[in-house]
Amino acid sequence: MSRSQIFSKIRQTTDHLAEKAAYPSYETSVMHSNVKLKQADLWDAFSENFKAVNGRPMNSVQQLAEFLDGNNQKVGYCDPALYETIGKALEAAGLKVETTYDRDRYDDYQFGITRATGAIAESGSLIIDDFKTTYRLAALSPWVHVGVLKKSEIHRTIPDAIAAFGDAPNIIWCTGPSKTADVEGILIEGVHGPGEQIALLV
Amino acid sequence: MAQQIDQYAREISDEKQHSVIDGSSKGTDKRYSVLFHDYEDPNSLRKLAGAIKDHTLHHLDEYLEKAEKALTERGVHVHFASTDEDARQAILGILQQHGVKQLTKSKSMAAEEIHLNPFLIENGVECLESDLGEFIIQLDGDEPSHIVKPIIHKNRRGIANTFLREGIAPDYNDDPETITRRARVHLREKYMLAEAGITGANFVCADTGRLVLVTNEGNSRFGMAPVKLHIALVGIEKVIPEERDLSVFLNLLGRSATGQQLTVYTEFINGPKSENQPDGPEHMHVVFMDNGRTDVLASNCREILRCIRCSACQNVCPVYRQASGHAYRSVYGGPIGAVLSPILFGKRFPELADLPKASSLCGACNEVCPVDIPIPDLLLRLRDKAKREEIPSEGAIPMSPFATLATSPSLWRTAMTMSKAMNHLPIEVAPIKPLQDWLGQRTLPESHGGDFRKWLKARRK
Repeated sequence: MSRSQIFSKIRQTTDHLAEKAAYPSYETSVMHSNVKLKQADLWDAFSENFKAVNGRPMNSVQQLAEFLDGNNQKVGYCDPALYETIGKALEAAGLKVETTYDRDRYDDYQFGITRATGAIAESGSLIIDDFKTTYRLAALSPWVHVGVLKKSEIHRTIPDAIAAFGDAPNIIWCTGPSKTADVEGILIEGVHGPGEQIALLV
Repeated sequence: MAQQIDQYAREISDEKQHSVIDGSSKGTDKRYSVLFHDYEDPNSLRKLAGAIKDHTLHHLDEYLEKAEKALTERGVHVHFASTDEDARQAILGILQQHGVKQLTKSKSMAAEEIHLNPFLIENGVECLESDLGEFIIQLDGDEPSHIVKPIIHKNRRGIANTFLREGIAPDYNDDPETITRRARVHLREKYMLAEAGITGANFVCADTGRLVLVTNEGNSRFGMAPVKLHIALVGIEKVIPEERDLSVFLNLLGRSATGQQLTVYTEFINGPKSENQPDGPEHMHVVFMDNGRTDVLASNCREILRCIRCSACQNVCPVYRQASGHAYRSVYGGPIGAVLSPILFGKRFPELADLPKASSLCGACNEVCPVDIPIPDLLLRLRDKAKREEIPSEGAIPMSPFATLATSPSLWRTAMTMSKAMNHLPIEVAPIKPLQDWLGQRTLPESHGGDFRKWLKARRK
């Protein structure tokens, strides 16, 4: 009922427009922000832009272990597929690592290590797509989220990342820590999601 | 007696006005510096965005149908709602079908339009706003006064008192960080107990049905991660032709709204969660809502449907800044609201016919608009509509004497010469009511008796 009503009302207008605007021809490259893409190396460009949104780029597990330990983030979740390369090393550094995320204990996880399935250099965004990662909650509820990234998966620009969407039913771009400025315009990080967004290059 | 919006602006408290002025001017400055830092010619980009939107609106039936098909193919249930009541009933029906008693909702202007929260609560569904600002609005039983910053009119003291009163906080603490942490603890408990998540959508790509949601807080992402059911309420004008067009709109939306290249969480959804994913909805419903949009499409103000709800026009508008969003008596305040509110919900013209008049037509709203909506032109069209429909303008000063003067060059010249005498007359106490009304709102400058005209004439020779 509503459907046919809506379509017929739309057509009452669109069928009688004197002139219908054509789809403008354009290249998506007009949307590139070239000032943000000065570095040729994609990790370098990503790192700079990720820092600009208060993300923390890291390129060694040791650096991550020191950060977590130094900030008293001792217990966390690690995607089982990343356990061998990252989880084990964190345990060796004295941190507690679990490879299943028990949602009843959501407040126990201080850090969550999940696979970033890509990144965008231009905007400093981590990409997580549903097909290739585990628990969405593990990237949200802990104070620290670590997205583990391969250099070959960094897209140069936003249009590149859009063109690579594929079939995943859910994709999220995380451009820095969760934040708000609702109270008097003052920036506060860590509203619902992580207060620390880390990109770890492996 | 003034028009309602003028009256509101006169009576607004200093405290509220300062909050709005501070919040909105910060937004404008940041937007400007980011756009011009990142792009050589941002103006051409907003023209492009406007052209894509115009094209879509002119072919809305085709794109909407395409989006419906793509979503359905991906396992999404698509519904259509002509009116606000249809939308509310559709959503309630889905919730009842799934036995949902408790849900969280991320910020959605479409849901504000149809007053979804109170309706669901009346019908026995606990419905909690998860955006920090909207959460506070809900606790206060207040209305949002800004599209992006719903509590722009509030300050930390009011919020701290609300948290104390509502038991969110054990004591009074007005530190913004403490306020945020307390909301974090309270809301994540609610997320985990919820059975469904309701969202709006910023865009829907017709080619794949991909629905785009942007938040900075991550509340829509969190709200949907633990639940089995996702319902998105989407205005029919949110459709865009292709995914590639997102690069235009996302780049302009974040920058125009808050001076960010992208909002922190930009989520792309086109179906229930994948099988390997333990978190996320197994059922997804999209409700496409008209609620007056087809009437706007049929009107001579259809360009307003290009709007992507960035609030840049609110931030920059001198009238909005002084009067606040609440002065517009609708979920949409500021320049966008002055056009949209009177015509969107069908029956609110002439009730809101005063809104298009509350503008100096300075044009700032058009200059900042990321989809290049000619808002001042649309305001004029609505003023014209009010005139044609003979809707009275409360408190307006009769302009016919001025019109007589201004259309007769000889009378005008005489008046100019004589006006110098007014500098020496006590006009501020002259017992002429229209004059006194006018002087109540403006300061009469000193008359120079037509010096400018003489100067210009001399220059031409």
